[in-house]
Amino acid sequence: MQRQPLLLIFFTSYSFFHLKKDFMQKILSKPEALKDATLSYCPGCGHGIIHRLVAECIDELDLREKTIAVAPVGCAVFAYDYFNFDVTEAPHGRPPAVATGIKRTNPDKFVFTYQGDGDISAIGMAETIHAANRGENISIIFVNNANYGMTGGQMAPTTLIGQVTETTPFGRDPKRDGYPIHLCELLATLEGTTYLERVSIYNPQNIIKAKKAIKKAFQCQLDGKGFSLVEVISNCPVDWGMTPLDSIKWTEETFIKTFPLGLVKDKSEA
Amino acid sequence: MPTIKINAEKCKGCSLCLKACPKQCISFSQQFNKAGYRWATLEKEDACIGCGFCYLVCPDVCIEVYK
Repeated sequence: MQRQPLLLIFFTSYSFFHLKKDFMQKILSKPEALKDATLSYCPGCGHGIIHRLVAECIDELDLREKTIAVAPVGCAVFAYDYFNFDVTEAPHGRPPAVATGIKRTNPDKFVFTYQGDGDISAIGMAETIHAANRGENISIIFVNNANYGMTGGQMAPTTLIGQVTETTPFGRDPKRDGYPIHLCELLATLEGTTYLERVSIYNPQNIIKAKKAIKKAFQCQLDGKGFSLVEVISNCPVDWGMTPLDSIKWTEETFIKTFPLGLVKDKSEA
Repeated sequence: MPTIKINAEKCKGCSLCLKACPKQCISFSQQFNKAGYRWATLEKEDACIGCGFCYLVCPDVCIEVYK
């Protein structure tokens, strides 16, 4: 009988401990639309963050079972290993053309492409412009890291003036190599495009903004409003020859000066 | 007490979460993981406020936030 209070104290504290543990809820973790795989990207690479944002948007819009994504050639070529929905692969630069075919034959599916700057604005410029001009009801996530990341950091059309890459060892000279292409502004002149925005991921505030833009682009397609593209200014620490921290600093101080962030075109409200 | 859990095997030691943490409570481990990186660990457990900035900036999606 004397042991009863002791037992009582023991059980109360035990249950209190468990209750306290139950209060601890997991508020943020890997989205369902991402597989539990180790990403093959370099340490600090922005691709991982953008993958997560896309996956979160897919989960929040409940699109996982009706999504078909088109992966590019580039660092994100293994996107099918990371996304937990159907992903197909297109020849270099051709995801907009492949996505056009998929969307036209399966209008009830949600189709988006995930492309890098070498893919979308060099090799695939023709496909991009014509898909945009036709106003295809697809979404494009365009990751701009100012060089060809997968092949070791050669100059891309988006490389900044004066930027040192493998093929411009003395910096990009506009007289020889031309000027950086601003894809969003270029596509904004076309009648067929609906929603174009440029975002970045160099700090938490901009990551939240980037997610909003991606979600809006996806919603644009769901509402049948037409072609949407989100350009994400990302970092490429290894090919830029920087540490991850230096690369996000360079993105903030130099990169976004050439590629100003913000909404370029929005016809979705009209 | 808010806290975070970091997957040591998936972490590549990029140090983005160290900079993003407003309370500076994340630091690198002394050991190396299988891939050869020093992974990020929650050093000052009491200081964590569960803001989720580390989760937001983690490029390897290896951080979970509990609150």
